[in-house]
Amino acid sequence: MNASSDSQLNLADASPSSFPDARGHFGPYGGKFVAETLMAPLAELEAAYRECQADPAFIAEFERDLAHYVGRPSPLYHAERWSRELGGAQIYLKREDLNHTGAHKINNTIGQALVARRMGKRHIIAETGAGQHGVAAATVAARFGMTCRVYMGANDIQRQSLNVFRMKLLGAEVVPVTSGSKTLKDALNEALRDWVTNVDHTFYIIGTVAGPHPYPEMVRDFQCVIGRETRAQCLAQIGRLPDSVLACVGGGSNAIGIFHPFLGDTSVRLIGVEAGGDGVETGRHSAPLSAGTPGVLHGNRTYLMQDGSGQIIETHSISAGLDYPGVGPEHAWLKDSGRASYVAITDEEALKGFHALTRLEGIIPALESSHALAYAGKLAPTLPKDHIMVVNLSGRGDKDIPTVATREGISI
Amino acid sequence: MNTTHPYRIKARFETLATQGQAALVTFITAGDPSADATLAYLQALVRGGADILELGVPFSDPMADGPTIQRASERALDGGMSLQKVLALVTAFRVTDQRTPVVLMGYLNPIERMGYHTFATAAAKAGVDGVLVVDLPPEEAAEFHVEMLAAGLAQIFLLAPTSSAARFAAVCRQATGFVYYVSVKGVTGDKPVDVAEVTSRVAAIKSVTTLPVGVGFGVRTPATAAAIAQAADAVIVGSALVEIIEQASSELAATSALEGFVRSLKDAMTGARSAMGAS
Repeated sequence: MNASSDSQLNLADASPSSFPDARGHFGPYGGKFVAETLMAPLAELEAAYRECQADPAFIAEFERDLAHYVGRPSPLYHAERWSRELGGAQIYLKREDLNHTGAHKINNTIGQALVARRMGKRHIIAETGAGQHGVAAATVAARFGMTCRVYMGANDIQRQSLNVFRMKLLGAEVVPVTSGSKTLKDALNEALRDWVTNVDHTFYIIGTVAGPHPYPEMVRDFQCVIGRETRAQCLAQIGRLPDSVLACVGGGSNAIGIFHPFLGDTSVRLIGVEAGGDGVETGRHSAPLSAGTPGVLHGNRTYLMQDGSGQIIETHSISAGLDYPGVGPEHAWLKDSGRASYVAITDEEALKGFHALTRLEGIIPALESSHALAYAGKLAPTLPKDHIMVVNLSGRGDKDIPTVATREGISI
Repeated sequence: MNTTHPYRIKARFETLATQGQAALVTFITAGDPSADATLAYLQALVRGGADILELGVPFSDPMADGPTIQRASERALDGGMSLQKVLALVTAFRVTDQRTPVVLMGYLNPIERMGYHTFATAAAKAGVDGVLVVDLPPEEAAEFHVEMLAAGLAQIFLLAPTSSAARFAAVCRQATGFVYYVSVKGVTGDKPVDVAEVTSRVAAIKSVTTLPVGVGFGVRTPATAAAIAQAADAVIVGSALVEIIEQASSELAATSALEGFVRSLKDAMTGARSAMGAS
């Protein structure tokens, strides 16, 4: 596989899925469930995005930024010591933690900022949970000379104070959201309210593969660079495709980014790892694919955490970035179709994964990514030594150090 | 099934048209702060002169609503309100009032959870006349539309300042009962209305449909209601009423304040239309 076919924004990755359809549906999921005021701006965004997709100059600029600003391609690293310790599958880590700003989120914010610039929008808004997307949005706003307002749940502001300060340093305004559960879903509600109010000059950079069409498709396309690189790196470094690919799933952008280019490779198992919180059986978790039911929230139909009356229920996770009651509609479709499977990892297990990677490989992972690592740690020993397992290490853990310390009763 | 209800909205607009009046549509959230209070408030709104009642179905994530209606939804949900209980509330209201049209306004997820068919059947049986689902644009509404039609319920859609003229026509073709023009870019209760702008947009909508056109999202005072009543077939007032409920010292105080405020709105609208007729 050569570098240029590897970097097409239009996905020629032998995917059996031509989803979404023209209306933004992934089977019964996805769509555009928004109030009338947003229908025209969404149509305008889709038209602009279609132009970008067809424009070689846009694609070239996106790729140039990914290479020279983000630092791509990110390495595919064989975690030999950890694999040996586990005694089974060979684990490879896709090092999205080494990207500029420390997570995969920047792939998407660069792409959307380029679309915003083409549309003549000088003001961007974003929602954030752990703060990684907020930082990535504030970063591109600084670079492109745009103003930026980030909505963040008041509870998340407390648990991610480092990222809040980073956003402010970058010139962004951080607006605490005190409604509802004061976490990511409420930040999304508030960002949507801002967009509907200031729709003429505002570009809303959604941070995950959720929201109304065309966001799930557009964000996926910008994140697919992860999977395209991984696929090429496996072929180049190992000489074959991996047997399994694991990623954590909150909204699901890092997972869809690494899964999607493998959809046509039916020998590759795709496993999404949700946040099991205190345990799925306790009801205190953030695992809609594992234990939720389909419904409509934030502009799309997908699996949700909801009660019997259709009210969204509060989610629980040690990781602010996974603390979301919905999930991208394409994951809902991949689950139903059986192409990907989804499991849950508890807070406790995720912390074990966090420590294992830190101590055995010298890499401090984000708590989000630690969920995928923890499941890899459970699965790998059950598999043969020639099984190739790729885990998307979607972000670095510096931001989580205070959370881990508090949890373990250590004051720093 | 009660055969009169599919026509209640139409009949109300026809009666008002013969009187040269615009309809006053009032919105409050069901269960804010309790089902019993809401029943008393609905009756007070009718006494004050409300022509059509819009009843908000509370939702945990009311993305199109401003802080006032968000707080009302939270109070209602804290009190245990649910879509099922909203329908029971309408049934209770119908015991004493078979004439005033009732429109439910809310978000799709509670309806999806109940199931379109179950909901439409139960809503019609309860005496609901129409439904406005804020986050269900016509593009996604085909399946729901079939059930609404079968149950004899009006499906009310929104139009917005961002909607194109072509969209006005397309949306109106799918709508029944009336269409609801969102008068500002924003959430409920957000900004004051630009009356001149709204007047020209309402005229544009009326050029493509025979359905009555209502205007809401930002109508807070008798003066604005009167101005809008000269251009539109219906004036929709919500956040200002929900604020009265929120700020009242007791349910009794809220009941009489709602009745008095609605009367002032209706009087201003009637006066404006009479003046228009006389000039």
